[in-house]
Amino acid sequence: MKKKSKVPALITWIIIAAVYAGVFAAEQVLPATSMLFTVLKKGATYALVAVSMNLLNGFTGIFSLGQAGFMLIGAYVYGIFTIPVADRPVVYQYYDGGVIQFALPVVLALALAGLAAAFFAFLIGLPVLRLKSDYLAIATLGFAEIIRVIVQWNPMGPVTNGSNMLRLFPNFNDFNIRNAQGEVTVYLSTLIPFLISGVCIGLIVLLLNSGYGRALKSIRDDEIAAEAMGINLAHHKRLAFCISSFFAGIGGAMLAMYQTTVQAKFFTTAMTYEILLIVVIGGVGSVTGSVFSSFLFVAASEWWLRFLDEKQMIGSFEVPLLRNGFRLVVFSVIIMVVVLFFRRGIMGTKELPDLFRKKRKEEAEK
Amino acid sequence: MSLLKVTNLVVSYGGIEALKGISFEVEQGQIVTLIGANGAGKSTTLRTISGLVRPRDGRVYFEGRDITDYGTQKIVETGIAMVPEGRRVFSNLTVLENLRIGAYLRRDKDVIEQDIEYVYDLFPRLRERSWQLAGTLSGGEQQMLAVGRAIMTRPKMIMMDEPSLGLAPLVVKDIFTIIKTLKSTGMTVLLIEQNANAALHACDYAYVLETGRITMSGTGEELLASSAIQKAYLGERAK
Repeated sequence: MKKKSKVPALITWIIIAAVYAGVFAAEQVLPATSMLFTVLKKGATYALVAVSMNLLNGFTGIFSLGQAGFMLIGAYVYGIFTIPVADRPVVYQYYDGGVIQFALPVVLALALAGLAAAFFAFLIGLPVLRLKSDYLAIATLGFAEIIRVIVQWNPMGPVTNGSNMLRLFPNFNDFNIRNAQGEVTVYLSTLIPFLISGVCIGLIVLLLNSGYGRALKSIRDDEIAAEAMGINLAHHKRLAFCISSFFAGIGGAMLAMYQTTVQAKFFTTAMTYEILLIVVIGGVGSVTGSVFSSFLFVAASEWWLRFLDEKQMIGSFEVPLLRNGFRLVVFSVIIMVVVLFFRRGIMGTKELPDLFRKKRKEEAEK
Repeated sequence: MSLLKVTNLVVSYGGIEALKGISFEVEQGQIVTLIGANGAGKSTTLRTISGLVRPRDGRVYFEGRDITDYGTQKIVETGIAMVPEGRRVFSNLTVLENLRIGAYLRRDKDVIEQDIEYVYDLFPRLRERSWQLAGTLSGGEQQMLAVGRAIMTRPKMIMMDEPSLGLAPLVVKDIFTIIKTLKSTGMTVLLIEQNANAALHACDYAYVLETGRITMSGTGEELLASSAIQKAYLGERAK
């Protein structure tokens, strides 16, 4: 029998530590306005949401498209409960300062954002999880749309600020340590999202590697056989749905911090598709793949492909086709190529330690 | 007292009666088989015993206890394991993980490790393939795994649904070797088969199911000798 080597795990830990150290160092050295940090912050946020979606779609086999809805709940709960009381009259200017007149600490609000999303997941899960595949996807998609409309509904205004944006709540930049003069001494605005995301993804990985995670994977592979083994399908699906939504809610709160404002109209179906795309490109059933492709996706869409949206001149020759929106065309083509030729995504179902395991095995064979 | 006792079981799917009141018993330590053609109600019987389908009438007793209204989970805990039709191993999990899923409801960690060794001793091929994904196993190996997975629930009785379906004749032979191995360990087996010939040779007692009714029963030898059975299920031999 093969013994599991500890070396791949060790290499994985070293890589993770190096990434965190690198992020921290880069932040102190490079100017804070660098595009790199935008990508890293948004990438870390999307990574968490993508992994939470993968937990459901890739590991449990529940095809849900409600991610944007749960992110919206998380973002709103975070925003609503953390805006400083002094700023509330400004934010809720059309609703006399709103009804909530207290502010929670950030960590508490983050947890609450997750719990609120999980609670809604529990409620809609009761009827919706009885559905299968496409029907479940349609139902969750519908839920995300409904929640977006309800939040903007005028009578909800004193709580949600209606269709106006929530702002002035603590964002990533507030984590920077400043001296008495207000100058930043230690930059933490990128490291903190990495930490939040890292802890949450770590929890998901622990869950997946437990006996419970194995049960989820067995449901994905064969529901009937799983049931014959005494696994309670309804219970496990519901729990997976709630846990996934919990982390999507935290991801939503992080997105709020990243954007510094929250407005319901941005949490569209398109956002869910972006996340789904990340999951597919990374590999359905691979946490590493989801994380990796989140950064790749965000970097490509926010940074590397931006030039496609502007007129480019080579000497006196104007490159044709380049104009506002062309980036999305190129992006779609890349996605089609990925889906056609790399159907299993970048990582397939492999994780980071597996990569080193395989290499070592090949070396041994040589 | 028999281990499993089914009395007057009636099951209907949307008005159509799949089982029209069947009664049978399974004795401890025996291989009992239900044979019959497509649509005779064999699978329905198994699904009802394992709690996946609710009967309209009739009761199921296991060790004298009425388990008719138990949920699937509770029935597995009571000691009835199911090897579903078409093997249905978890193809993206390793062999070892598949076995661990079998022990999902159990909390006795040390005994689980022993039982995994027990299954590996029973089927050494599985030990060799311990880290392989179950989907990459051959049909016969998958059947071993499905049986091993059922053993991991620590059952008192294993129900097998068409274990020889879709397998090559040579492999079918292996399957019945597996079933005999199970019997030699003292396990009770309720076997459902279309392959009447092989099933009747392997079993201690058999019931013939026809369109929801039990039409005949007897020991394997008795039924093999019966001309009605030969005609309907075995094909008359050229004389």
